[in-house]
Amino acid sequence: MNTLQKFEQKQLEKLKADKEIPDFSAGDTIRVSVKVREGTRERVQAYEGVCISIKGQGINTSFTVRKISYGEGVERVFPLYSPRLEKIELVRRGSVRRAKLYYMRDRRGKSARIAERTTGHSIERREDKKA
Amino acid sequence: MRTGLIARKEGMTRVFDEDGVHIPVTVLKVESCQVTDIRTKDKDGYVAVQLGVGVAKAKNTSKAMRGHFGKAKVEPKSKVAEFRVSDDAVLDIGAELGVNHFIAGQFVDVTGTSVGKGFAGVMKRHNFGGLRASHGVSVSHRSHGSTGQNQDPGRVFKGKKMAGHMGDVTVTTQNLKVVGVDLEEGLILIRGAVPGSKKGWVFVNDAVKRALPEGVPFPAGLKSDAKAPEAPAVEATNDDAAGTDAAGTQE
Repeated sequence: MNTLQKFEQKQLEKLKADKEIPDFSAGDTIRVSVKVREGTRERVQAYEGVCISIKGQGINTSFTVRKISYGEGVERVFPLYSPRLEKIELVRRGSVRRAKLYYMRDRRGKSARIAERTTGHSIERREDKKA
Repeated sequence: MRTGLIARKEGMTRVFDEDGVHIPVTVLKVESCQVTDIRTKDKDGYVAVQLGVGVAKAKNTSKAMRGHFGKAKVEPKSKVAEFRVSDDAVLDIGAELGVNHFIAGQFVDVTGTSVGKGFAGVMKRHNFGGLRASHGVSVSHRSHGSTGQNQDPGRVFKGKKMAGHMGDVTVTTQNLKVVGVDLEEGLILIRGAVPGSKKGWVFVNDAVKRALPEGVPFPAGLKSDAKAPEAPAVEATNDDAAGTDAAGTQE
C-alpha cells in the first residue's frame, strides 16, 4: 500500500466510524438524511429517491439519487462518506440490469417504475445476519 | 527567515473538515530530512542550510557524495538542496527536521518541476486560437497565424510565442494553505494543487507574501521536538481535526 492509499484508508475509517452505510446499489430506493445549515441552526432534511448511479472508489465515492418532485425530476449527488450525511437508509431494493440508470431520465410514469428485488446474494446475506 | 523542507509529492485526495466541507488536498511526504551542510557568511558569502531527504542506497551514491554525507554523519540522501536562512535560523549539521516545521493554517510557497509536455504547439503552449476549421484553411488548423510585419522590420521579434518545449520547468505556487500535518507518517496536507508529478520532489517554504503566524517553531521544527509531549504538536497530529477547522471557516 502506498502512502496515499494508507492515508485514505485512515480517513475512511474515521469517517465510517460513527455511522453505518448500508450496502446499496443502483435501482435501490434510499432515504438520505442531510444536515442543512440555516444561519446558525442546523437541522436534518430527508431526501428520498432512487439511486441511479454509484461512482468513484474509496473516499471519492459518490452516488446520485433521483426523485420526482412536484412533477419535476430532481437529482442530487452526494459524496458517500460526507459527514454532512447523517444517515442513509435502504428503503427498497430494486431489480435492475444496469449499473447506471441514466435511462430513467427519459422515463415518466408507468415506465419509470423499478420492480422490487427479492432474491440475490446481498439479500440472502442480510437475512442471515438477522437470523 | 526559516529554512524550508524538501518533500515528495504523493498525490491528491480529499479530506472533510468538521463542518463536512470537502477540501481537496495534495499529500506531501517528508522522509528523514536532515541538515547535511551549512553555508556561512565567512566561508561562502551567504547563509544557508543544506538539507538532504529520502533514503539512497550507498552503492548508488557517488564517492564524492558518500564523503559529503560521511562528513555530516548522516545516511545517504536521495535529494539534496539548499535553503537560504537568516543568521539566527541556522541549524546544526545532522539535525533532523519533521513536518511539525509547519502548522495547520499557515501559508506556504511550494516549488516543483512541472510535468513535461514535450514539444507542444501554440494552441496548447500559449493558448492560441488556431486557424479556422473551413474557409480554405488547409492542413494548418492548429498553427499560429502571422509572426510579424513585412520587409520593415524584416525579422521576427525575439520572444515571439511559438511552438516548442513546454513544461519541465521550475514552478512556484504561492500562498497555499497547510490543511494539516501528520507527524506519524510525515505528511503535509496542502490545500489545492502543487506543481510537479507524483513522486516528484518539491520544496516547501514559508509564504513570502504572508506574515508568519504565531506558534510556528523557530528556527525550525525538529523531529526530536515533536516526540516530546508538546501540546500544539500533538494537536496537529489529528491532521484534519485541527487543520481543516481553520480552513473551513474560510469557506
